[in-house]
Amino acid sequence: MARLIRTEKEVEGNYTEQWIVVEEDPLERWPAGALETVGKPVPREDGAERARGQATYTADLQLPGMLHAAVLRSPHARARVKRLDLSKVADTPGVRAVLGPDDLDVFTREPGYPGAPVAAAAADSYGQAARALDLAEVEWEVLDPLLDPDEAVREGSLHDEPERYERGDAEAGFAEADVVVEAEYRTQTVLHNSLETHQSVCEWNGDTLTVYISTQFIWGVRSEIAEKLGIPEDKVRVVCHYMGGGFGAKNHPGQYTFIGAEFAKRTGRPVRCALTRREENLASGNRHATIQRLKAGARADGTLTALQGEFVMAVGWEGFQSWTAGPMKMLYGCPNVSTVEYGAKINTSPNAAFRAPGFVEGTFGLECLLDEVAAKLEIDPLELRRRNHADVDLVDDRPFSSKNLIECYERAEPHWARRQEVRARSEGPWQRGVGMASQIWFGGGGPPSYAWVRVGSDGRATVITAMQDIGTGTRTAMAQIAAQELGLPIDRVQVALGDSARGPYAAISAGSSTVPSMGPAVRAAAHDAARQIIEIAAQRFHLEERVLSLQDGKVVSADDGSWEVEEVTGLLEDAQILGKGARGPNPTGMRVLTFGVQVAEIAVDVETGEIRVERVAAIHDVGRVINPLGASSQVEGGIIQGLGHTLSEERLLDPESGAVLTQTLDAYRMPTIADVPEIVTELVDIPDEHLTSLGAKGLGEPPIIPIAAAVANAIRDATGADVRSLPITREEMLRALAEAKEKARGAPAAV
Amino acid sequence: MSELTVNGQRYEIEAPVERSLADTLRTDLGLTGTKVACGEGHCGACTILLDGIPTLSCITLVHLVGDRDVTTIEGLRDHPLVDAFVRCDALQCGFCTPGQIVSASALVEADPNPSREEIRHAMSGNICRCGAYPKIEEAILTWQG
Repeated sequence: MARLIRTEKEVEGNYTEQWIVVEEDPLERWPAGALETVGKPVPREDGAERARGQATYTADLQLPGMLHAAVLRSPHARARVKRLDLSKVADTPGVRAVLGPDDLDVFTREPGYPGAPVAAAAADSYGQAARALDLAEVEWEVLDPLLDPDEAVREGSLHDEPERYERGDAEAGFAEADVVVEAEYRTQTVLHNSLETHQSVCEWNGDTLTVYISTQFIWGVRSEIAEKLGIPEDKVRVVCHYMGGGFGAKNHPGQYTFIGAEFAKRTGRPVRCALTRREENLASGNRHATIQRLKAGARADGTLTALQGEFVMAVGWEGFQSWTAGPMKMLYGCPNVSTVEYGAKINTSPNAAFRAPGFVEGTFGLECLLDEVAAKLEIDPLELRRRNHADVDLVDDRPFSSKNLIECYERAEPHWARRQEVRARSEGPWQRGVGMASQIWFGGGGPPSYAWVRVGSDGRATVITAMQDIGTGTRTAMAQIAAQELGLPIDRVQVALGDSARGPYAAISAGSSTVPSMGPAVRAAAHDAARQIIEIAAQRFHLEERVLSLQDGKVVSADDGSWEVEEVTGLLEDAQILGKGARGPNPTGMRVLTFGVQVAEIAVDVETGEIRVERVAAIHDVGRVINPLGASSQVEGGIIQGLGHTLSEERLLDPESGAVLTQTLDAYRMPTIADVPEIVTELVDIPDEHLTSLGAKGLGEPPIIPIAAAVANAIRDATGADVRSLPITREEMLRALAEAKEKARGAPAAV
Repeated sequence: MSELTVNGQRYEIEAPVERSLADTLRTDLGLTGTKVACGEGHCGACTILLDGIPTLSCITLVHLVGDRDVTTIEGLRDHPLVDAFVRCDALQCGFCTPGQIVSASALVEADPNPSREEIRHAMSGNICRCGAYPKIEEAILTWQG
């Protein structure tokens, strides 16, 4: 029976009360550890299709008569369009339609960032559209851009009111400290660079718009488009079977989709609007730069007495302001915390969520600061973190639904114990060291989310839900969960996803939430189907339902009776069993979070500033692990992406004009296979006993969070140098080494 | 009108002079297994073989291919590397994977037992933003099963 309940919903730290309908009865919890299918390594269901190039991504879609849109973008960070004449564009052979600021509000006459869309053309080929736009006549009035986030704060150019948080009395906390450490940390702007660029294909069939799009959120795209176009949501169909990476930047429809939809309407043809790689690096979002002015106070025994932080975030012209103060508020049991966050509005591209937004940046600052405290007090950094463990969540004064951070620290010990041996391997200019950092993040997911499970007379099952698999392997995890509940071998379960017209509402693939949101709905639907199979079997074989169960593709009875599932479902001929399931509420009054620790071993050439990361051990607590194979891939991928942020990636701007200098992948340096250290993954794998019928949390984001600080702290261990700015280029490394040398001489540091 | 041999099959193609091999493969021949991720020869996603040599098809003009044999991922679908990549979970979003497999096929053709160092050298032109690298290395090390 459907039960209407009022519950709390948390999205990345913000709680709201909402009504939800819970359709299923609570399910019995599975025992911890590896089961028949769940908890076992399973290669991804769609691996062969993707590897063979048979998976159709949005980029691969070719519809008959499809046009291609190109976008004219502002070359200036801040300017006014004094005159715009698109007539020559419209007259170019192959061009079918043009759009400008008078036609659609995504175009602007007053661009506030380089890459802001001004006009667009749709033509038979992309080349025709792009070349036609060269004939646009634009007269610009170029204005001075505001680029410095600190200057923006001084001038009051902010996105919102400054966000302040106070707990206890920070000033009193510093007064009782034996040691106070202050430092300024900086993190750079980094670019998502999913290999499939942002794109969609829009097609109108009568009054229904079909949008094929590379997206992390089929249902969010559907409602945003319906709202903007003023049409009912069921007149928008959103399709995404395969997508080539998102990392947070593909949570919304994007300007390109509204451009494509308008062109499709005007021309009566399907229209592709795809960003080029250069556009991707100009105008598709980024992780904003931060400046963090931090202060920590501690007693001689390492107990933190106060933490204070001023965070300036270079949000850009618009977009998402990330939670940079989050780790300082949440990671440690410090009674006195004071933070203020400023979101600077400047003439750079809009920000977008990027894998653990804010926590990657904030953890770099906080966890480096903690090691500076540890160094001053001569306390073992791992021990310092143990002593400041938060037993309850102090932000909301709530218990954790589960927390195994101490267990993570225990498991980190053998890796941490390698540091004597690692340091001893220093040789010549190559100095070696070991560093660590802790991780905290959300990842509990939540309602609503729905799934159906269809079982045919052949005893095969299909999970149906309009979710998306953004490359994290969630398709496979859902198949495992359904197979486990149905007692079927994994090869008899498939998953149909990716189409809002062919399945129920499914959660966003962001915030490490797909498995914790969707998994319980899939299990509930499979349970509903399994119950029906058992009811039918009970009647067929004249047994009581309670003595029957499903195992290994069979219906088995307590007295050793055994029938193939298809013997039961086969009775149905063409009829089908359809199970329905929904995600229930999160535990009320509790904080659902993920935890972890990483230990990095590095080598620094103190003459050239070259840094090599040699080994990373990652220990994370994300509740029950559904697929250890896919999970280790998530951990490795997060660490490698994080190493790019730590060492090589940076969006560079011309300091005068604000032009983006790193639009191509030779200039914007992402890690290659040759840059990868040895990575050891350990997952604590203890189900969260308060969270859903699975006890599983999300893992997409946790692994990228602590790596930068772990590397920086390893550098301090190896060289005594305090690196405080990302990426840790050779220049920053040599600066930090020179500063450390000066400090050792007792002289003030040269700047 | 010129001729192009792709995966052993001959095609007649009509293309403007500036057309890339990648565009011809994907748009004219419908061979969309070859992906284009940067379009400027920096990422390796569009890698195909020209007479067995890994080549970036996005910066190769189709009219310069001549009578060389083009091999795309569609011609390597039964290569044991495909199974190795799936078994080792050497892919996440999969957009770079066809290019990775094409590059790897040339490596194992030249040396069936490459060392880790050789793999890292030969594969460093194929960017994987998801970071499947450790498992790509594993897949190539164990490609023979």
